[in-house]
Amino acid sequence: MPTYSLDFERPLLEIERQIEELKKLGGDHGDELAALERQLAALRADVYKTLTPMQRVQVARHPKRPYTLDYLRTVFTDFVELHGDRLFRDDPALVAGWARLDGQTVMVIGHQKGRDTKENLRRNFAMAHPEGYRKALRLMQLAEKFHAPVITLVDTPGAYPGLGAEERGQAEAIARNLLAMASLRTPIITAVIGEGGSGGALAIGVADRVVMFENSVYSVISPEGCAAILWKDAGQKERAAEALKLTATDLLDLGVIDEIISEPPGGAHSDPDAAAQALGESLRRHLRQLARVRIEKLLKRREEKYLSMGAFIEK
Amino acid sequence: MAWFKKERKPRSSERVKLEIPADAWEKCDECGHIDIKERFVQALSVCPKCGHHRRISAQEYIDVLVDEGSWHELDVKLRSADPLAFESYKDRVQVAYKKAGELDAVRTGYARLHGQPVNLAVMDFAFMGGSMGSVVGEKVARLAQRSAEKGIPLMIVSASGGARMQEGALSLMQMAKTSVVIAELARKGIPFISILTNPTTGGVSASYAMQGDVIIAEPGAVVGFAGPRVIKQTIGQDLPEGFQTAEFLVEHGMVDMVVPRGELRDTTAQLLRHMAGRRPVEAAD
Ligand SMILES: [Zn+2]
Repeated sequence: MPTYSLDFERPLLEIERQIEELKKLGGDHGDELAALERQLAALRADVYKTLTPMQRVQVARHPKRPYTLDYLRTVFTDFVELHGDRLFRDDPALVAGWARLDGQTVMVIGHQKGRDTKENLRRNFAMAHPEGYRKALRLMQLAEKFHAPVITLVDTPGAYPGLGAEERGQAEAIARNLLAMASLRTPIITAVIGEGGSGGALAIGVADRVVMFENSVYSVISPEGCAAILWKDAGQKERAAEALKLTATDLLDLGVIDEIISEPPGGAHSDPDAAAQALGESLRRHLRQLARVRIEKLLKRREEKYLSMGAFIEK
Repeated sequence: MAWFKKERKPRSSERVKLEIPADAWEKCDECGHIDIKERFVQALSVCPKCGHHRRISAQEYIDVLVDEGSWHELDVKLRSADPLAFESYKDRVQVAYKKAGELDAVRTGYARLHGQPVNLAVMDFAFMGGSMGSVVGEKVARLAQRSAEKGIPLMIVSASGGARMQEGALSLMQMAKTSVVIAELARKGIPFISILTNPTTGGVSASYAMQGDVIIAEPGAVVGFAGPRVIKQTIGQDLPEGFQTAEFLVEHGMVDMVVPRGELRDTTAQLLRHMAGRRPVEAAD
C-alpha cells in the first residue's frame, strides 16, 4: 500500500484499502473484487482527467514518480555512470553517463531526486550546484566527441541558491551550458519527466526536441515563489500555478515544447512500466528522425527554433 | 582617466550654502556624504566621497559610453504582448511605460566608441526591475544578430532582477534565444563585452550577462544567480559581508575586472581594440 498520497488521491486510496481487505479475507469474492477494481479504474481516470495546474505540480513532485535512474533501468540498457566535473567535485543532484537506446550509444544526463530523506540530503533534492552543470557540460562534449546523441531528463525544483553555489558561479555555469548546447554538434533531446524548475532545468534543456510528460510541469518560477513575490502570500499557489501556464498543454500551445507524452491514467507513478514504455517510444522516434538530419542543418534548425520563441507586438 | 575625480576649486562653503537652495543638495545613500547635486551629476552619480555607484538610467549609460552624437536607436516599435493573459500584467506594463518609457527593459542601438563601431544594449532597471520578457529577448537577439551579420562588436550593460514572471516559460526561453545568437558570435570570432551593474541576477546573469568574452562589473554591483534574499531564506542565516558584490566576483574568478563608471568608456574602447585582431575590418555602421 502506498504510504503517501496527494489530497485529491484520497478517494482512490479508500477503494484500494477495501480491495486489500477483501483479498485478505480470502474465499470467493471475485465479483465484488472485480466491481471494486472497475470502480477504482473509473475514479482514477476521472480524477486525473480534471487535474488543476497546481494538482499537476503535485503529481510532478510525487515522491513515487519515476526518476532519472528509474528510467535509466527501464528505458535504457548498458548504463555506465560517469562522475565529476574535473574542477571541484561530483554533484549527486545530477547523474550522467553512457547508455544504449534503440541499439545505439547515447549520453544520458538527468537531475536525480532522492527516494527518502537520507538520499534527498545527499542529492540535495535534485537542486544542482555549478559542478553539476559543469559535469553535464563535460559529458555533453564527450558525447559530441564520439558522435553520440545527448538525451537529458529534466526533474528539478531549480538550481540551488546557496553560498557555495554562488561562490563557484552558478550563473556562469548555467550560462555556459546554454551557449554550449546552442552549438553542440550532436542531436539533443530533452524530456521533462517531473519538475522543470527554471534556469536549473534549462541548463540541460536547450535541445532539438523537447518532450514533456502529461503531468510534468515547466516554469520560470515555482507557484509558491511567484505567489510570494506577486501577492506576498505563498498560500496563493493555486492562483499562481494557473497564471504561470506551466502544464504540458500550455507549453505546447506556447511553442516551448514539441510533444506531450501521455501518462497512464493514474499518473506515471501508478504504472511506471507504462510510463517508461511511452518515454522510450518517444525518444526512439525522435532519435531516428534527428539521425537523418545533417549536423549543419540540425544546428541551423536549433537556432531558428529558439529565435522564434517569444510573443511581442511590433507596431 | 577619471576626469570627474578632479576637484574643482572649492568655493567657500559659507557662500555656497547661501547661494544654493535646499533641493540643490544631494546625499549619498551609502555613506551619508552631503554635496552639491552638481558634483554628483558631474561624477556620473558616483559619490565623490566613498565612490558608491548610484543607479543611473539607460540613457545615462549611453551618454557615458558612446561618442557624442553617434547613437542610433534600434527596434523602437517592439511592445510587450500578454501571451499568458497573466492577471494585471497589462496594467503593470502601462505603469512601467509611464515611469521608464515605452522601450521596455532594454534599449538597443549602434554607435561609435572612440571611433570604433559598436552595437550596444543597455538594460533599464526602472522598467519592471529590468526583467527579461519576450521584448528584451528579441531586442538583444536582433542586436546580436546585427553584430554577427556586420562583424561589429557587441556590448551589453545589464541591470536585471531576472526573467519576467508574467511571461512564464516564454521569458525563460529568452535565455536560450539570446544564447543561440551569442554562440554564433563566438563561432565567428566577434567580440562581446558584458558590463554588469547593480543588480544583475536570475535569468539575465545565467545567460548573456555571464557569456561575455570579457566581463566587467561596476564597483559594488550585486551579481549572482539567486538574489541575496532568496539565499538568506534558503540557508537561514545572514550572508557574509560583501557576498555577491563585484569585488567578491573578481576574487572568485567570475568576472575579469571591476571598473568605475567614469572609466568604462576608455576601458571598453581599449578592450575592443585588443580584440579587433583577426576580424574583417570593413565593418561599417
Ligand atoms: Zn558616499
